[in-house]
Amino acid sequence: MEKMKLLSGDHAAAYAVKLSRAKVIAAYPITPQTPIIEKISEFIEKGEMEAEFINVESEHSALSVCVGAASMGVRTFTATSSQGLLYMHEILHWASGARLPIVMAQVNRSVGAPWSIWPDHNDSIAQRDTGWIQFYCGSCQEILDTIVQAYLVSEDERVLLPSMVCFEGFELSHTAMPVKIPSEEDVDEFMGSYEPKHPVVDVSKPLTYSAITTPADYSKIRSAIQDGMENAKNVIREVTRRFNERFGREYQPLVETYRCEDAEIVVVSMGSIGGVVEEAVDHLRGEGLNVGAARIRVFRPFPRDVLQALGREASTFVVIDRGVSFGMEGVLFTEVKSSLFSLEERPRVVGLIAGFGGLTVRYRQIASAVKDALRLKGEALSLERWLL
Amino acid sequence: MNTPIIAASKPSFGSGGKTGLWRIFKPVIDRKQCVNCLLCWLYCPEGAIERTPEGLKINYEYCKGCGICSNECPRGAIKMVYEGGE
Repeated sequence: MEKMKLLSGDHAAAYAVKLSRAKVIAAYPITPQTPIIEKISEFIEKGEMEAEFINVESEHSALSVCVGAASMGVRTFTATSSQGLLYMHEILHWASGARLPIVMAQVNRSVGAPWSIWPDHNDSIAQRDTGWIQFYCGSCQEILDTIVQAYLVSEDERVLLPSMVCFEGFELSHTAMPVKIPSEEDVDEFMGSYEPKHPVVDVSKPLTYSAITTPADYSKIRSAIQDGMENAKNVIREVTRRFNERFGREYQPLVETYRCEDAEIVVVSMGSIGGVVEEAVDHLRGEGLNVGAARIRVFRPFPRDVLQALGREASTFVVIDRGVSFGMEGVLFTEVKSSLFSLEERPRVVGLIAGFGGLTVRYRQIASAVKDALRLKGEALSLERWLL
Repeated sequence: MNTPIIAASKPSFGSGGKTGLWRIFKPVIDRKQCVNCLLCWLYCPEGAIERTPEGLKINYEYCKGCGICSNECPRGAIKMVYEGGE
């Protein structure tokens, strides 16, 4: 029986981990992630969750513990934010290179200096190339549902790569929403028992894992990660479809589109700003403009094919970026343009770097950016500005 | 379907070649001073110190001459001797 509860994003994540029956949890506290691991410790302490909680002295160690435990063939979980994620950086590469299906909740928080506890995407965007699947959520319900799905995607033998389930600090982590919590029986039935598909350490037959390789072997191992990522797109589609059928949800697997059917202009965003974009779309539709929204749910692997399909219909894209590559441009802006490059008729792409350090982005600002983009006819094919 | 691959290797004795050739200083145990506390045996990063009925023995084919054993020995029973000769 499904239960409805008022949950913050962090607590929704904790419930998802409990439902997924993760067996080893290792994490180090950091705002705004801490309520996740507090809630998980509470579940374990009350005997509601059967798992080992390993206290560590740093995020580097937290993920290292997960690497060790996952190598032994158990389901693992960790959670972090911002500086903590950056401190994990080295082990992020190790987890994906060793093909370990670890799942992490990554609560987005701006990176210092200067200090800020409010969100933007630069902490997780900076981990783009570590070989982790990256999901970005738009609601507390989506956080719970995505964590359960992430285990199945990561553990699939066609994928075997770790997953980062990202959501913005405070805007989602500390905002309470009504969340449907599926029953343990239903989730057990949906997930099945965990049988690791990666080589599991057997102490009676000792081997050295991921020791030094020749350049040729190294290249093959790295290119296999790329294959796993490509496979992940279809695995995510399969898992989302199964999840929707089983639990009565309506997720679109890689990109959540809104009023895109006849859209000439598509506003692309990621995370919690997606809701504000939908508001702007309704507003602009009211003024007679054919606008739609596309919220990227999976940033790695990047849903290039979905954007291309949208690009065949729409003539203008407005990309809202909460992550920037200094010296280049907004990261999502680059990726959207790159995805559309192969189209015969390339749409115009306008970028808006916004919402840094938790700066509020209002639907009116998005609406006026869309109107600005339309005024560009005949001018530059792509243009970007900061919303300050 | 692509099979994901990882690197796994079976550890074996001296698989990296005879690393003793790298040595510049050679550890020499003074058996009269040694009390068999096994600290050198524990600390040796190469596992190049063996326990034998006659006492601890350094395997010079694989000892790289790092000097950790000499540094750790509480009795000062391990001297590092220059390989170039007396």
